[in-house]
Amino acid sequence: MGIISNIVFAVILVLGVGYFVKNVKTLIRNIKLGHDVDVSDNTSQRWKNMAMIALGQSKMVRRPIAGLLHIIVYVGFIIINIEVLEIIIDGLFGTHRIFSGLGVFYGILIGTFEILAFLVLVSVIVFWVRRNIIKLQRFWKSEMKGWPKSDGNIILYFEMVLMILFLVMNATDVHFQTMQSGNVISQFIAPWFQGLSEATLHTIERTAWWLHIVGILVFLNYLYFSKHLHILLAFPNTYYGSIAPKGKLNNLESVTKEVQMMMDPDADPYAMPEATENDEEPAKFGASDVQDLNWVQLLNAYTCTECGRCTSECPANLTGKKLSPRKIMMDTRDRLEEVGKNIDANKGEFKDDGKQLLGDYITAEELWACTTCNACVEACPVSINPLSIIIDMRRYLVMEQSAAPTELNNMMSNIENNGAPWPYNQMDRLNWKDE
Amino acid sequence: MSETLNVPTMAECMAEGRQPEILFWVGSAGSYDDRAKKITRAFVKILNKANVDFAVLGTEESCTGDVAKRAGNEFLFQMQAVTNIEILNAYEIKRIVTACPHSYNTLKNEYPQLGGHYQVQHHTQFIEELIHSGRLKIENENTFKGKRITFHDPCYLGRANNVYEAPRALLQTLGVEIVEMKRNRKTALCCGAGGAQMFKEPEKGDKDINVLRTEDALQTNPNIIATGCPYCNTMMTDGVKAKEKEATVTVLDVAELLATAQNL
Repeated sequence: MGIISNIVFAVILVLGVGYFVKNVKTLIRNIKLGHDVDVSDNTSQRWKNMAMIALGQSKMVRRPIAGLLHIIVYVGFIIINIEVLEIIIDGLFGTHRIFSGLGVFYGILIGTFEILAFLVLVSVIVFWVRRNIIKLQRFWKSEMKGWPKSDGNIILYFEMVLMILFLVMNATDVHFQTMQSGNVISQFIAPWFQGLSEATLHTIERTAWWLHIVGILVFLNYLYFSKHLHILLAFPNTYYGSIAPKGKLNNLESVTKEVQMMMDPDADPYAMPEATENDEEPAKFGASDVQDLNWVQLLNAYTCTECGRCTSECPANLTGKKLSPRKIMMDTRDRLEEVGKNIDANKGEFKDDGKQLLGDYITAEELWACTTCNACVEACPVSINPLSIIIDMRRYLVMEQSAAPTELNNMMSNIENNGAPWPYNQMDRLNWKDE
Repeated sequence: MSETLNVPTMAECMAEGRQPEILFWVGSAGSYDDRAKKITRAFVKILNKANVDFAVLGTEESCTGDVAKRAGNEFLFQMQAVTNIEILNAYEIKRIVTACPHSYNTLKNEYPQLGGHYQVQHHTQFIEELIHSGRLKIENENTFKGKRITFHDPCYLGRANNVYEAPRALLQTLGVEIVEMKRNRKTALCCGAGGAQMFKEPEKGDKDINVLRTEDALQTNPNIIATGCPYCNTMMTDGVKAKEKEATVTVLDVAELLATAQNL
């Protein structure tokens, strides 16, 4: 039996980790569908951002209740996962609690895990109550129907079950309980199983042990299909997040080139474009689909955990407009997934599916409701920038499709004609002085 | 309304062979919008009072392109930017002060990459400097004494560029009671005008953003809603009208408050 269970364990472990690695590769491939963007600057500031925002949760605690609960779950999960190391060694080599030889230190370690597991369990239950009983508004917006709603709850159930299994596993471990060290929480659970034979206890303990590790592997693989990916992607995302002042929008280089040509008095208007070695297609202005975005924007989309802090601070959304910055990120991710699957189904080539991000996912109405106020960018606890996607899509609407609202077209022709968004004569620009 | 303001243009300075200390970037709103022109004049009065050697571009100034860029017309933005930068660089401008956070943001953050490198300040930052260095003294500190003032953070000054304290520091010099709205500084709610919204009807919804923001402000029971942006000024003024509070609540730019406190 011993050797067989070791082999079974090894197989499950390899399958679990292997499938996850495969999906991570797909994830990276999909993110790389975005075009390149230079993020090599200011590495020290970037590391600092990652340390503060992702590792240090600095923006989470701006909302103290959710922030504190989140820190408990976050710290709990990281620390308790040290235990997984022991589980893996035990599983592969048929040992039992291999580190228990560490004596007092082991007791302290497991004791800490138990306390954290208990706190995580409580926090997760509070999270569930906030979502389902108190019904916090941001979890009940229109984009949170169906799968996103279930996803949020499934994650919480996973965490509850994993924590309970961990505590039950300890509580029914007769050997561990008799050590009387480290069973800070499980000693109170152990009496529930009083009167059961040692063999039954052992069965329960083994079952909990197996379910716990299998559960962890299943949860690991669930990440890719879930908003929960943020537990990994928050780190690169905060590193690659913008370090410029929030008001700064990028300048499109493709446009700069054209403007330079137009402004150059020596330019020959009839000149043929120089034949370059890489005969590129003329650059598309703005974005109508995910491939037109840059890879940081796509990473943003996968990182979004749908907490809705952005949407709850968006002035457009607060006043009943269709725009929800969270939906912008979710749509971008869903479309990217669709494109990724299309590529997988067509041997590595994207086959036109007659769909795109603009129109099929995000409507012009949503895009035009944005005031570019940066409230969403400021609110995001993991440095996601929905505004940059909105702007790129507006660029496509205006520069490729001339599809701006009429009033904006008027405003723009005013600027073209008289250098101001209003129809006033440029020569009257200084009239205020004498009025 | 017709006391003469001393407003030299860059062209005049050039003709006289001198380089002013700062360029005052008036912006399109500050040049043409009736309400914003009052802010422009108030700021110039302060500049004149403090004997600041400044100039404007006058008819050579053109829209920074901020609204075009945010509406998605990068092409028009860059055309505007390149034209403005050519003029600014020809005059060898080093320092720019503007009373419009949108111009401020664009000049400071988006022009450098296109060849326009300037030290750019919002007028509240510049006035704060004038007071600090003793060039400007508040003479009638009691003009607004006892008034309750709430400050509405313009997005393009606050969140966009992290300038939260300069306007508040100026209000402090007036001996007023500053009452903060629930949403202030980083979490301040937009007035609804940014991102080219100023020039179009809002999308369908159940409320106008400026009304919601005005409600935020009115909750503090203010006598005055202060702000530092011509667009915010318009939106908040409209909001106060929509709430029928114009008899008791005035919307003023920080520069206007200071100019009034100086009897200017």
